[in-house]
This record gives sequence, structure tokens and C-alpha cells, in this order.
Amino acid sequence: MTVTATWYMVLAAVLFVIGGGGLLLRRNALVMFMCIELMLNSVNLTFVAAGRALGNLDGQLSTLFVMVVAAAEVTVGLAIIVTVFRKRATASVDKLAEMKG
Amino acid sequence: MIDYIWIAVALPLLGALGLLLFGKRIGEPGSGYVATLLAATSFVIGSVAAVDFFAGGYAGEQVHLFTWIPGLGVEAEFLWDPLSALMTMVVTGVGSLIHLYSIGYMHGDERYSQFFSYMNLFLASMLILVLGANFAVLFVGWELVGLSSYLLISFWFEKPSAAAAGKKAFIVNRIGDFGFLIALMLIFATFGSLGFEQVFENAADLLAEGGTTVTAITLLLLVGAAGKSAQLPLYVWLPDAMEGPTPVSALIHAATMVTAGVYMVARTAVLFELAPFSAGVVATVGALTAIYAATIAIGQRDIKRVLAYSTISQLGYMFLGVGVAAYTAGIFHLMTHAFFKALLFLGAGSVIHAMANEQNMDKMGGLRRLMPKTFATMAIAWVAISGIPPFAGFWSKDEILAITFGKGGYFIALWFVGLITAGLTAYYMSRLMFRTFWGEPRWDEGVKPHESPATMTVPLIALAVLSAVGGLINTPWRLALEHFLEPSFELVPLTHPPEGATPWILAVISVAVGLLGIAYAYRRLLVGEAPAEEGRLWDALENGYYVDDLYGKSLVLPGKKASEQLAFTADAKGIDGAVNGVGVAVKKAAEWSKPLQTGLVRNYGVAIMGGAVGILIIILVRGGGF
Repeated sequence: MTVTATWYMVLAAVLFVIGGGGLLLRRNALVMFMCIELMLNSVNLTFVAAGRALGNLDGQLSTLFVMVVAAAEVTVGLAIIVTVFRKRATASVDKLAEMKG
Repeated sequence: MIDYIWIAVALPLLGALGLLLFGKRIGEPGSGYVATLLAATSFVIGSVAAVDFFAGGYAGEQVHLFTWIPGLGVEAEFLWDPLSALMTMVVTGVGSLIHLYSIGYMHGDERYSQFFSYMNLFLASMLILVLGANFAVLFVGWELVGLSSYLLISFWFEKPSAAAAGKKAFIVNRIGDFGFLIALMLIFATFGSLGFEQVFENAADLLAEGGTTVTAITLLLLVGAAGKSAQLPLYVWLPDAMEGPTPVSALIHAATMVTAGVYMVARTAVLFELAPFSAGVVATVGALTAIYAATIAIGQRDIKRVLAYSTISQLGYMFLGVGVAAYTAGIFHLMTHAFFKALLFLGAGSVIHAMANEQNMDKMGGLRRLMPKTFATMAIAWVAISGIPPFAGFWSKDEILAITFGKGGYFIALWFVGLITAGLTAYYMSRLMFRTFWGEPRWDEGVKPHESPATMTVPLIALAVLSAVGGLINTPWRLALEHFLEPSFELVPLTHPPEGATPWILAVISVAVGLLGIAYAYRRLLVGEAPAEEGRLWDALENGYYVDDLYGKSLVLPGKKASEQLAFTADAKGIDGAVNGVGVAVKKAAEWSKPLQTGLVRNYGVAIMGGAVGILIIILVRGGGF
């Protein structure tokens, strides 16, 4: 039994759904953040797998871009979370519903 | 070469601007003297430039200033011919005297220098009007004199009545200007030019005599002239214009601006010559206005309103004159009227000044001995306007009446109207004199009448001299003014009084009627107890036959109602409603969609994911690609 690209795709889908589910169901900002990272990395996995299967470097290149963006996003996001925590002594996003219409 | 004539216009214009900017710094009476000096310099320039005309035969020339509207071929040009020269001299000459008078009259006024700024502006505007070599420049002057008239009528705008009078004058004049403007468009459409020279020289070729176009043009010109010169039915603004300072009434609303309509009809004589019907309308309007205003003048108690209605009546004579093609006689009466009516107004101003701003003749009387100079000069104007020879009014008025009679037929009726008006004029002017200067004093307590200062009496004396001898420049023996003006009326045949004994008999009749008017006034007002002048007829006369009320109810009120409808229904509910409606709709939509924004990240996440999944499903179902 050979490991084909489909396997990677299925794994990536599973990871993506876990990340998406966590994002929708958890309310701790830090955990939600990790879920987003999980989703991003599942996408990275599909890029690399597809690149390998199709025999070109575009997939790996895209992965590098995603990693850079993710790193930048992490710095900003963490900073916001830390600041919010300092002000409110909570990391629950449900308590941060000021934008309710 | 008279290229320098533009300086005569530029000086008062400069004065208007300078006094408006620096008047406060120059102060009183400096700014008055500056303005007077500028006006007098304009007069000197005008007189020097007019010297060439006295020899006769010289038709004048055009002075090109600059190209104004190249696309339409409209040039900014002045026409210096005998007619405009005469008007320039009358305007600046009488104007200078009234400027001088104002120095004393406006003494102590809060906006002293501003007054002189406006007066200079008026002078410049009037000069543009009379000097314009085409209808466009004439129209600019026409509108500018309307503006300065408005500014000066409502000069004491703290008084609501003065502010209202200014507005009324402006709006009524607008109605006339509307007709004038349409006439100008018709002229441009017909001739392709607005220049006097081009229009008048081609008129006979391009317009059929008595045709529709020329009749329409001239009738519309008459509408404009009737507005500016306060003829029926657009005269209503002039009596109210007396709210302005008295020198303004003298200069603008008696001597100069209101004669612009007469000047314009005389200037466009060629067109009226081609439209006999319109000329007849001009003469009829003039005669009717003359007698109509004269009857109202009989019942006025306010000294200035008597003179205002008298002005309307005398302007009617001028219209009668230019209507029967007696152009030089009409202009002659314009000139003599400028002298004696300015004098009457300035005299009335002197009386009002002495009576501590009292204008009601019921509270005057017996001023003869206290104000000898004012009385003597006004008495000359009184006999001049009453048509007693050899004073100025006799010569000009009788020339008009004689020519009207000479035309025969229908015009004999107009002559008769004019004759009756002469009697009424003599009566109401005598009434004014007797009630002001004769009889027992009826002054309010604390009023101490006194003669006015020299700056006010010197112009009175100068104008009295002109009123006394001014008529002698155009007597049946020596038609000096007619010869002077002839080059301006080259293209039209001038009507002359009938030959032989007829004019002499007519003159005797009209002098007799004038004397009758004076004698009747003497018997009625000075012999025994003066009648009270009360009752419904007197009320009707005093209120000008309630024409103001009639206009108010029939024209002003519906106009007000219509604008209220527009303002509070069409605008407030229609246009504002549409604009506000858009806002309300947006607000409603926002209220309705507000609950979508829960502020919970989770809900937004579901929406994003749901959307992504939805798009994915669509792609899968449709088989990829968009």
C-alpha cells in the first residue's frame, strides 16, 4: 500500500476541520489562535503535497509565503491578546462583545 | 477728439470706491467735499467736451473703450453726441449742486461718507446710461442706476418702511427691466447688433413701418421706460421712494434717474418713428399718467409725496412729448423739470430740516419770514412748474402742448388732458406753498424753524436762477436747444408747433388755466378759514386711490401665497422630503440589520465558514470554474 497524495489531502482536511471546529467552539482567545495556526498548517500541507504530486515548486513556494504571513500575524495577534488580558483580566472572546449592534 | 470723456465717468466711480474704502478716515465733512469736487470736475469735463456742439452741424463721435463681448460683436463704447452731451451736463450739473447741498443736509449722519459714496456711484451709473453707444452699455447703466437708487432709498434701513420702499422700487423696476431685456433680444435677433448706429441706420431697411416686430420692440421698450420713469401702471414705487434722504429724492427720483425712460425713448426715436401705434401708446400713457398723478398730488399731506406725484405727472408730460415726436421738446422739459423739481425737493428738504424732520404740511405754515431764502427760491420753482412765463416750465410745457394740439384728431383730446393737468399742477403746487409758507404756524411744540446753512442755500439759489432763465434757451424766437440737439435726431423728422397764431392762443389758454389754478388755491386756502379736506374722496386721494392696496391684493398676495406653497409644501415636503426620505430609508435598513452584528467572533466565524462551504458546493455542483 503506497502513500499517495490523497492521504495527505485527507489528513489536511481532518486537521482543517479540527482547527475550524476549535475556532468556532472554544472561547479562549489563545486556544482560538492555535486553531487558526492549525488551519493554516493544514493548508500548508495540501500545498506541499500537491507540489510534490505535480512535480513543481509552486507548492513549496506558497508554503513559505503562508509561514511568513502566519509569523507576522502571530506577533500582532499575541500582542493584542496580551494587551486585552492586561486590561480585562480575561481572555474569553465572549466577554469582548463591544461591537454588538 | 473727445477721447477723454471716459474720465468724466471714471472720476465719480473712483470716488464711490474710494469713499467706500477710506470714507471713515476722511470723515465729515471731508468726504462730502471730495464727492462734490469729483462731481463738479465731471461737469467741467462734460461742458468742455460739449463746446464743439455749440457751433452746430457736428454730429459727434464714438469713443471706443475696449471690446466687451467679442463673440457677439458688443463693444464697450461711448457715444458723444448733442443728446448725450446735454444729458451729461444736466446730470453732473444738477448732481454737483445736490452733492453740495447734501454736505449740509446729511450733517451728523452716522454713515455720512457712505452716503456720498453711493451718490457718486449713482452719478457714474447715470453717465454710463446716457453715454452708452449701444443697448448693452445703456442696459448696464440702466441696471446700475437701479442699484444705486435701491441703496439710497433704503439708506436709512433701520426704518422698516425705508427698507420696504427700497425693495419695492427694485422689484417694480425689475418688471420694467424684464420688458426692456426682451426688447434688446428682439433687436439683436433682428439686426444682429446692439449698436445704436447699426440699428438706427438699418431700421428703415430691415423693419416694415408699422410691422409687428418694430411694434413689439417699441412696446417692450416702453414697458422698461415706464418702470424706470414711473409711468402708469408701474409708478407705485416712486411715492414710496421718498423714504430716502431728501437730496436723493431730488437727484435720483426727480431730476435725473426717472428721466432715463424719456431719454431712452428719445434715443430710440427711429424705432418709434416706424411704429406709430407704439408712439401713440407712449403719448397716451404719458397724458393719462400726467392727469392721474396730478389728481393724487392734490390730496397729499406729506410735502415730499406731493412732489413725488408731481414728478410722476411731469414725467407724463415728457412721455406725451416724445410720444408725439416732439423729441427736443420732451428733452427740453426733462431739462427744465430737472432744474425746478430739484429745487422744489431741495427746498422741501430745507423746510423738513428746519422743522426737525416733520414732513406733514398740516404741521407747517407761516414759514415765509423765518426761511426767506428757501421761500424765495421755492417760489420761483412754484411759478416755473405752474407754467407762468417767462419761467422755465412755461416754455417747455407749452411747446409739448402746442405740438400735441398741432397733430390734430385724437391728439387734441390728449392736449386737453394736458391742459387740465396744467391747471391741477398750478393748484396743488399753490396748495403746497400756501400750506407751508403762509397762514398761521401749526408747528409741534418745541420746533424752532431756522434758515438752513450756506451749503444748502447756495444750491437753492443756483437752481432758482436756472429755473427762472433756463427756459429762455428754447423760445419760439430762438430755438437754440433744438438746433443744438438736431444732429442727434438726423434720422427722424422733428414735429414743430403749428404755424401762425395757434401756438400763441394755446399759450394764452394754458397760462390762463395755470393762473386759474393758483387763484382758486388762493381763494380756497388763504381767504378765510381753510377747509379741513376730510371725507372719503380726500382719503382716496391721500391714499393714491388705494392702488397700492389693489396691487397688494391682486398681485403681491397671490405671489406670496404661491411662494408659501412652494416653500412650505413643494420644497419642504417634496424636495426636502425626498432628501430626508433617503436618510430615513438608510436608517430603517440599519435598524433592521443591526442584530446581525452580535459582537461574538464565533458568529462571524460561522458566517465565513458557511460562506466558504457554500461557494465550494456551488463550484462542485457546477463542475468547477466560474
